[in-house]
Amino acid sequence: MQQNFNEMTFLFSNSEKLECVRDISPDDIFSNSSIAFLSALSSELIKSPRTKQFSDVATFAFFCRKANLLSLKKKYTEDNIRLGRGVIFHVAPSNVPVTFGYSMVAGILSGNVNIVRVPSKSFEQVEIIYDAICKIADYPEFSKFTDRLFLIQYDRQSTVTDFLSSICDVRVIWGGDDTIAQIRKFAIPARSYDITFADRYSFAAINADKFIQEQNTAKIAENFYNDTYLFDQNACSAPHLVIWTGGKDNINKAKEMFWDAIQLKIERYELSPILSVDKLVSLYLQSQDCVKIIRELPTDNKLWRIKVSQLSANIDQYRCAGGYFLEYDATSLTELKTIVNRKYQTMAYYGFEKEELNQLMKEMHFNGIDRIVPIGKTTDFSLTWDGYDLINVLSRECVVL
Amino acid sequence: MNNVVNLEELLLIEPYSLAKVKKEEVLTTELKELTRLHYKNSEKYKKMMDAIGLDINNISTYNDIPFLPVRMFKELELLSVPKEEIVKTMTSSGTSGQQVSKIFLDRETSSDQTKVLTKIVSDFIGKKRVPMLILDSSAVLKDRTMFSARGAGILGFSMFGSKRVYALDENMQLDIENIKTFLEEHKGETIFMFGFTFMVWQHFYKELLKSGYKPDLSNGVLIHGGGWKKLQSESVSPVEFKAKLQDVCGINASHVHDYYGMVEQTGTIYMECEYGHLHASVFSDIIVRRPIDFSVADFGEKGIIEVVSLIPKSYPGHVLLTEDEGVVIGEDDCSCGRFGKYFNVIGRIKNAEIRGCSDTYATKF
Repeated sequence: MQQNFNEMTFLFSNSEKLECVRDISPDDIFSNSSIAFLSALSSELIKSPRTKQFSDVATFAFFCRKANLLSLKKKYTEDNIRLGRGVIFHVAPSNVPVTFGYSMVAGILSGNVNIVRVPSKSFEQVEIIYDAICKIADYPEFSKFTDRLFLIQYDRQSTVTDFLSSICDVRVIWGGDDTIAQIRKFAIPARSYDITFADRYSFAAINADKFIQEQNTAKIAENFYNDTYLFDQNACSAPHLVIWTGGKDNINKAKEMFWDAIQLKIERYELSPILSVDKLVSLYLQSQDCVKIIRELPTDNKLWRIKVSQLSANIDQYRCAGGYFLEYDATSLTELKTIVNRKYQTMAYYGFEKEELNQLMKEMHFNGIDRIVPIGKTTDFSLTWDGYDLINVLSRECVVL
Repeated sequence: MNNVVNLEELLLIEPYSLAKVKKEEVLTTELKELTRLHYKNSEKYKKMMDAIGLDINNISTYNDIPFLPVRMFKELELLSVPKEEIVKTMTSSGTSGQQVSKIFLDRETSSDQTKVLTKIVSDFIGKKRVPMLILDSSAVLKDRTMFSARGAGILGFSMFGSKRVYALDENMQLDIENIKTFLEEHKGETIFMFGFTFMVWQHFYKELLKSGYKPDLSNGVLIHGGGWKKLQSESVSPVEFKAKLQDVCGINASHVHDYYGMVEQTGTIYMECEYGHLHASVFSDIIVRRPIDFSVADFGEKGIIEVVSLIPKSYPGHVLLTEDEGVVIGEDDCSCGRFGKYFNVIGRIKNAEIRGCSDTYATKF
């Protein structure tokens, strides 16, 4: 397929190099050169004063530091042969700045050549990261990365998606169901496949018996804020439902403690006016369901709590961005059985033992829930995401008998 | 149900004659009754009100009556009468162009819309029907695929015309000969003109300017609506709009009236007075609310526009939250002498650029 390279803007590398990507050899997973490149990127970012202004860039830099990469490497045994699949085409989401970086990191660590479509919206975070990449690529030991990494932007209407799809070995699609449907219109080679990050649903579970003993509710509120409001409660990992367990009195007390702390934390959250209207539409639509709901009297439109009298299978449909939470008082987490479906991604928790959560997952055999993390950790990137082990799905194992 | 909202009495008085205290009393009584009626007759409305814990007996002013977002009429079919009693269903595609609002009218609500509209408009063009020049193309009504808010608006206002002529031909071209003949026939009479703001500008004003033809419309009264969005992108202000029209056809700038209204509350439109302010009539009111907590904004403070109307009985649309931003300027003291609140509309509330993983607001994919 011929491609007009004028339709692309190269933030890193260039079109001549892109023409040859299929001739580049794959690398081992967690190769020394990949680790060296990413840890150099980490140092460069940590050095930069601009990084300090953006906690998401700082977190990204922290993820890429050498010690972390080496500890991640341990999970993958070294006595078998694992190589990158070849060329990975990453379609990053357009409204979260740093995801493209993590997708790229997974692609590099698994030994591939990576073509990354970065958000077309101008995010300073994106700029900081590609500036750092350009800088370290000037070091002679990293010059080969101009053959192996491409950061590009292009108009979605152009033929670029079609072209890149036709030359990739794996296509990684972020951005939700609609984006996936659009991108899938373009064929990929017979042996290639898609790794898709679809729209997901997430919730939180809090053990009220434990929560009432919490001394530092402000810290928990800050963590929960980072899980939700920080991304307008619109990240796929952001809880929309809070399930409370424990004694009735404890639940009531814990709710008061928890939401009072949240209310303080969101004082500076800027609610966009249309979201106030959206919340009302969501509430009224939800009221049509057969499950009785009642809205707690809100202080303002930044935080709306809707108490549901039972868990119904379609509860994940009733959601709204920007601070709209359903609440349910459960007798036990086994009640989750009625609601968890394939859409469920993250369960954020407080006051449960890891062992009992492991036990729950083993016993219940849910169709969904890919990650169970403490409140505050829902947006932390991990090489296992949405139930995929990214290193394994982006590499191939060669068997020698 | 005749004892519910007694519009008949209000139809007897002048449309801008109720001052604050009296109007508040009337609206509170009547809108509370309407709330009771819809609560009783619309299961869906009842569920919504129950979800927010409404107690109608606790409502002390109509400011406290819960509002429905206008978007609800796109999401749900809402009606408060048996379906057999519906004589007309009004639709509007809105701006998104995907989901359609459906407004269900029974005989009474439909007829009340006409009566109220007549009452309001007569305050501007007089009680008699007058020759009407429609600043649009007759094709709008002929072609069913074009039949939209534009068509409905033209039909609705056509009842004020004793004789009607279209200023544009079927190809949206200015029909100068037709206009000449019409004005010749009705020399000295008041000429009622009606059109959509952008159409008036694009196909009437600009074309007149180009043609060099200067019709004498010094006896004209223009009512136009539909919003300023497109003209804002051309940086045309309301003051300039009027002045330029006066230049090309002699219409007195103080006889050019914008109006604000929506299909969800047809009839109770808000007319612009000679001083450039939109006015609430005795049949309706506007409340501007703060987005942060829906509290009532002060005069002069921007917020989301809520509209209340005494007309809707066949569907629960008497208290609605729009997606428009506006500001109440004052009440009962506009220089034009009309009582009631007067206000300006600023535009649509902006679509949020919200963060998150899913490209929900992406335009293409």
